[in-house]
Amino acid sequence: MEPIISVRGVVNRFGSQVVHAGLDMEVMPGEVFGIVGGSGSGKSVLLRTMLGLQQPAAGTVRIEGRDVTEASPSELVGIKRRYGVTFQHGALFTALTVAQNVELPIAEYHPVGEATLRGLAEMRIRMVGLSADALDKYPSQLSGGMVKRAALARALALDPALLFLDEPTAGLDPISAAAFDQLVLYLQRSLRLTVVMITHDLDTIFRTCNRVGVIVDGRMISGTLAEIVQSEHPWIRQYFHGERARHATSQPNAAEGLHG
Amino acid sequence: MYLETRQETVGIRLRAGRSWTVDRLGLLERALTQVSLPAGGTAVIDLTAVEALDLSGAWVLRSLEHRLLSRGVEVQWAPARPELLGFVDEALGREAEGEEDETTRRLMAIPLERLGIFTVGLGADVRQHLAALGELTLALGRALSSLRRLRLPSLIRQVHETGVTAIPIVALIAFLISVIVAYIGAQQLRQFGGEIFVVDLVTIAVLRELGVLLTAIIVAGRSGSAFAAELGVMKLNEEVDALRAIGMDPVEVLVAPRVLGLVVALPLLTVLADFMGLAGGALLSWALVDITFTQYADRVAESLSTTTFWIGLIKAPVFAFAIAMIGTLRGMQVRGSSRELGRLTTVAVVESIFVVIFLDAAFAVLFMELDI
Repeated sequence: MEPIISVRGVVNRFGSQVVHAGLDMEVMPGEVFGIVGGSGSGKSVLLRTMLGLQQPAAGTVRIEGRDVTEASPSELVGIKRRYGVTFQHGALFTALTVAQNVELPIAEYHPVGEATLRGLAEMRIRMVGLSADALDKYPSQLSGGMVKRAALARALALDPALLFLDEPTAGLDPISAAAFDQLVLYLQRSLRLTVVMITHDLDTIFRTCNRVGVIVDGRMISGTLAEIVQSEHPWIRQYFHGERARHATSQPNAAEGLHG
Repeated sequence: MYLETRQETVGIRLRAGRSWTVDRLGLLERALTQVSLPAGGTAVIDLTAVEALDLSGAWVLRSLEHRLLSRGVEVQWAPARPELLGFVDEALGREAEGEEDETTRRLMAIPLERLGIFTVGLGADVRQHLAALGELTLALGRALSSLRRLRLPSLIRQVHETGVTAIPIVALIAFLISVIVAYIGAQQLRQFGGEIFVVDLVTIAVLRELGVLLTAIIVAGRSGSAFAAELGVMKLNEEVDALRAIGMDPVEVLVAPRVLGLVVALPLLTVLADFMGLAGGALLSWALVDITFTQYADRVAESLSTTTFWIGLIKAPVFAFAIAMIGTLRGMQVRGSSRELGRLTTVAVVESIFVVIFLDAAFAVLFMELDI
């Protein structure tokens, strides 16, 4: 099987500061892949590189076999229609209602009538667990959890094969975070999505991810969750076996989560 | 046709095209709306040719199914109802009810509703302006009674941003305006042989009215909008709430320095504009009507009464206060969305220019009554 994302030898530099020094990463179709790393390790830069929002100094990024770094602007639009993204703070358009936020990408690419547009948007908004009265609300009227859900609905607007989530559960209480993880898994299975998420939340990693990539020293160490947990790298040991991690790993379901 | 209909013995057969995905959305919608459906009997939705189906396609199929069911048609699927449709069922759950009633009511009520919203909004606006004026007065009282609360660094920064950086544009515009006034004046006065009065015209027009008015309008455009935008973004980022949470009064920390800064800067800019205006007049008088610079200076001194300069200058702090208050108040009113920010920044500029001109007219009447 061909990998859906293939990152090879990516180098990113800001001035003299090297963020990525030849980073490799591969994601297979149907996986839930978690990206982990310390603050400032370049998780967001990697995400921006994969999205084609940032040109790396060296290396290639292929999404469904097409090179993002060398794509022409029109090819890039084609690639972008194959993935959906949610940003850390939702990045909903504050001047538009929730329904309009979801309708926007559909209307941009497809000449469909208002009723169809509304129906397609409503389906996606209800699908992420928001009620119908959220449709005409503005982002400023939503709670943090609802913003994340609305952002997810917008990311799914063009039926992408690939979903990028940047810190999907940051800022949510543990119960909402767990519900959001369940939602992502449910959608991932129902719609056969490939999910790549950046997260700091160990609970989320254990609940959802098949494989994990850890960014350390500008490179990525990736493997199944079980392999990564066994890693001898000091930062990874600290991350998965530190005080904070003990709780998450000792949960009864954690072992199932490894293979879930 | 993407949805082929064929009459068969059992009923009607709808043969779907190959790809039911978001890429074909326009095509799918046309197929859905244009297909002619039977009223009753049985319909078979034939998906044997379908190779790709995604969420959007599933929604269109489900809409087709609903239209058939609502006509009392029995729906069968060949080969089977796709799983994805079950997923859509689950997401949408029960149908929304009673939506049409609401839209008709809204249509009827729009003009009345607008009028009501406008009136209530106007009342609230007046109240907010008064409240802001009150809060600002209190904050200014506190600021002027204690050096620490004056927040000198912030005040100086405001004077720099609203005053020093405005020098080039204010100087240029004052110069050009007096050139225009002198030019028109010279043309008209030459007919009566009274060219020398060009000097009086420029001096009085610039010092009494144009210098301060144009400076205030430029500053309203530059700094009024900047105040509204700055405070608006701080409001959106919850910086204003953060200040309050620390126990600092945003009016004292954010609004007062801006108001005081502009009250200091605008009179200084006015003096500069007056000077540049006189310089422009001198240049034109020399070029057009052969008045030397010494003659010009003598004539300026003669035409000036003791109050001319001060009448112009005294308006500057009043204008400054109005511009800064409107800009900061509109900024503080920003809530929720980026569109609000744009709207209120525009309102701030339009309103402060209007208020400046309105106040100038009021001053003109006042000075006439006072006979100065």
